[in-house]
Amino acid sequence: MTTSDDATKNGSEESADQAEAIEAVENVEGTAAETTPETEEKKETAKCTGGGLIIFTFIAGLVISLIVGWIIFPKLLYSKKDQPINFNHKLHLEEVDNSCESCHFFREDGTYAGVPTLAQCIDCHEEVEGDSPDEERFVNEYVAKNKEVPWLIYSRQPDCVFFSHAAHVKGAGMDCQTCHGEIGESESLKPYEENRVTGYSRDIWGKNISGITTHTWESMKMDDCAKCHAEAKVEASSVQTKKDACFVCHK
Amino acid sequence: MKIDRRCFLSLGIGAAAGTALSPLPWKLMDDSSIWSQMWPWTPVPEDGEYTYVDSVCSLCPGGCGISVRKVNDRAVKIEGTKDHPVNDGGICGLGVSGLQLLYGPTRVKSPMKRIGERGEGRWEKVSWEIAISAITRELKELRAAGKANTVGAITGSGRGTVPQMLKRFLTAYGSSNFFTTPTIQDVYAEAFKLMHGKDAVPGFDFEKSTFVLSFGSGLIDGWGSPVRMIRANSTWKDNGTTVVQVEPRLSNTAAKSDKWITIKPGTEGDLALGIAHVIIRESLNSKKFVDNHANGYLGAIDASGVFTQGFKELIMSSYGPDAVEMRTGVAGSDIVALAKEFATARRAVAVCGRGQGDNPADIKEVMAVHALNALVDSINQPGGVYTVKAPDYIKWADAEMDSVAGEGFAQERFSGITDGLNALFISGANPYYTMTDTTAVKKVLDQIPMIVSFSSFMDESAAQSDYILPDHTYLEGYRDVVAVNGLMRPVVSLAQPVVKPQFKSQSTGDVIIALANSLEGTVAKSFPWLNYQQCLKETLDSMGPEIQKNGFWVDKKAAAETGDKNFGTASGKFEFTAITDNTTPAESGGIPKLSSIELAGDKASYPLLLIPSDSLRLANDTIGNPPFMVKIVEDMILKGKSSFVEINPDTARKYDLKECSEAVITTPVGKATVMVHISESIMKDVVAMATGLGHTAHDKYLAGKGINVKSLIATVQDPLTGYDVAWGARAKLTKA
Repeated sequence: MTTSDDATKNGSEESADQAEAIEAVENVEGTAAETTPETEEKKETAKCTGGGLIIFTFIAGLVISLIVGWIIFPKLLYSKKDQPINFNHKLHLEEVDNSCESCHFFREDGTYAGVPTLAQCIDCHEEVEGDSPDEERFVNEYVAKNKEVPWLIYSRQPDCVFFSHAAHVKGAGMDCQTCHGEIGESESLKPYEENRVTGYSRDIWGKNISGITTHTWESMKMDDCAKCHAEAKVEASSVQTKKDACFVCHK
Repeated sequence: MKIDRRCFLSLGIGAAAGTALSPLPWKLMDDSSIWSQMWPWTPVPEDGEYTYVDSVCSLCPGGCGISVRKVNDRAVKIEGTKDHPVNDGGICGLGVSGLQLLYGPTRVKSPMKRIGERGEGRWEKVSWEIAISAITRELKELRAAGKANTVGAITGSGRGTVPQMLKRFLTAYGSSNFFTTPTIQDVYAEAFKLMHGKDAVPGFDFEKSTFVLSFGSGLIDGWGSPVRMIRANSTWKDNGTTVVQVEPRLSNTAAKSDKWITIKPGTEGDLALGIAHVIIRESLNSKKFVDNHANGYLGAIDASGVFTQGFKELIMSSYGPDAVEMRTGVAGSDIVALAKEFATARRAVAVCGRGQGDNPADIKEVMAVHALNALVDSINQPGGVYTVKAPDYIKWADAEMDSVAGEGFAQERFSGITDGLNALFISGANPYYTMTDTTAVKKVLDQIPMIVSFSSFMDESAAQSDYILPDHTYLEGYRDVVAVNGLMRPVVSLAQPVVKPQFKSQSTGDVIIALANSLEGTVAKSFPWLNYQQCLKETLDSMGPEIQKNGFWVDKKAAAETGDKNFGTASGKFEFTAITDNTTPAESGGIPKLSSIELAGDKASYPLLLIPSDSLRLANDTIGNPPFMVKIVEDMILKGKSSFVEINPDTARKYDLKECSEAVITTPVGKATVMVHISESIMKDVVAMATGLGHTAHDKYLAGKGINVKSLIATVQDPLTGYDVAWGARAKLTKA
């Protein structure tokens, strides 16, 4: 807030503003204002009398921006896309012998196959098997045309991240759920939410925009990797920091 | 209520506080850092299954095995094949950049027909049927008019099924005008014909040599099979092999050698004979070889009583160290020391072919150098040079020829690709760029009414042609690749498709069959194969299952056996006469003129000698530098769009030239503005300029950069072989 002292020091334009402001305060408070600018008491009055509205506008700004930040921003940040085919993990898991690895397997050279390609699906789905309309669409639109399904991958990491499934699953003996949660139990695929800025899935940051999570699979940020590495006492690979070196993940 | 400035500010502060307490700024900061670290426009190789496809590189005649890493259907990296007989896992800069040729912007994507002026760059995409029928129509007309022999073709080495199909096509059509692009290997083959009486190419057993004497060969600058040579060089370092490099300029090879001897360019043959003089004088030569296996070593009196001098007399009378020093600039004492070292080394070998050996050399020079191998009995000996029979697996029945073909074929063959031709097919060659005296070549070739290019890329010759019938690149189709380049054991490899053809290209073999079929009659009958793949399979079947199983076949029996002293000459011996014949006697006091090769221009007007310098960082043959390779060209070779010339500080002072200043280089056939690089790494009065620059076609990464040194060099024909053997040009330098 500008004081009357300041007003005298500043240019005439400022003083005019000041006068107007004091007038406004007078109207609100309904008291007769003394115009001697030097009075200490006067200054006090100006502050107190203006306080209500100022606090109100402060709170209004605060509330609006909180609403924008917590509610509107997340809605704007992500676009929703449906998966090309609504895949039922639960149904498939019941049919296969080797749980997740039946379809999400390691190749002979140790690399991880990730999302299955037509080559795997075709073993069972050369023809329509059941009565699901999604399966029928899958067979007709993709299998028959020998076209790969453009699955949207919830867990795809940015390209600067090197992640080895072999090191974690085979080496550290981690289970799929630790990072991927109970997707194997799901009967349908949730919409894929794409970050409009980065182009990556919402599941990397986590559903909760605050970044607070209660389960390990709720987000896949670098901090999550680092936390687990610290807890598991993964051997320090950097001589300088005695911690994991950057290049363990950022090749 | 009135919203004044204070309220407004407090709203702002509230909003700022609220924003700070919301995830918005923090999340956006995180997202924008992710975004800026992974610009969405940066290409990222797709994720998927890794596979390797083994094939063979044919970007140069080296014949290296390659293993191409793929992710799904996309080739992402070219590596050298481990345990391959040529390169054993190694690869050169050009080989590793091959994917930029496959996926790059210079590909010709479908058959094209010229619609603008020649070289204007206006093209019409046409279908294969239309292109083939249009060309057939022209060929039929020429044939009907009795001009069958005016149809010619030029290819690279001429080895392999595709060039041979093209040759066969011309034969059946009625023309003998099939040309190849000769290299030092061809001169060696001619020299072997004369000296050994054998149809053979040289096979250097470098890995076992203990002394390598190189007359200007860029042994680690791309000579022979480049990766094999780099490996041989490592072996030399491990084994303590001495390498002596005779060259006017400090090339990489010279820099890595044990001794660099500077020599006036063009006098290498004289130095070889000077060394021979010392070897003979000191009786260090193999007496067994010259006594039992050589002809013409000593002079003889013929029946009419006339004495003809032999090799020994010629050398002893005229090639003393002092005379040779005067001619070559190499100190006499150096010659003596070098000769002694060479002759006493356990397994010495002498080799020639300047730079990468892409250009033929004077046959007399090759023979003089080869004579050194004979004198120390390094021929068909470990660590020496072997006569190697080039693979001969193409065993097709003769082409069928009707009367028109017979008449046409019987006509005299042109001396080369000349304006007498009415049609020219270009396959695996780029004469508009690689032939010396580029301007004259262009003038001549532009007279040819129909030029058909089979190039996969828009190179200089494709750009000047009337039709482009794009071949698959080497990563998209089957083909056989023959590597003989200095190898003891030639390797025939089978290239297989690494990826599907990316565009509407077709294998040149298939196009030749299609052209033959549409010409009908005996031409069509000469090509009984359904398609090229069938032709290739039948041809390779004769070599046994190895090539189709492993992808390559090593001709283990190609080299003569160690100690083989069987010569196919009339005398049954090694012919030193090949050197003494046709040698002009010495003018008073001088040394005889070994050959008649003279560069164009007079010494007074052009006091300097321009020599091309080859480097592994600049592809200078049919294939131009891919963008990766342009990046690794040094600043003292190419800066921006300017080529450099390298000159000695003494030369710079003489012509008042400063480092990095502009100068004009003039030769009898051309003129160019260049930048000057002053260095002690080159002899006085010699000017070096890198090859592989000055392209006018290809892509924006290569075109318009630097000067094509070939455009400054006049053609010089060797009367004995007919090859263009210009090794440089007389030149002058002036301040720009």
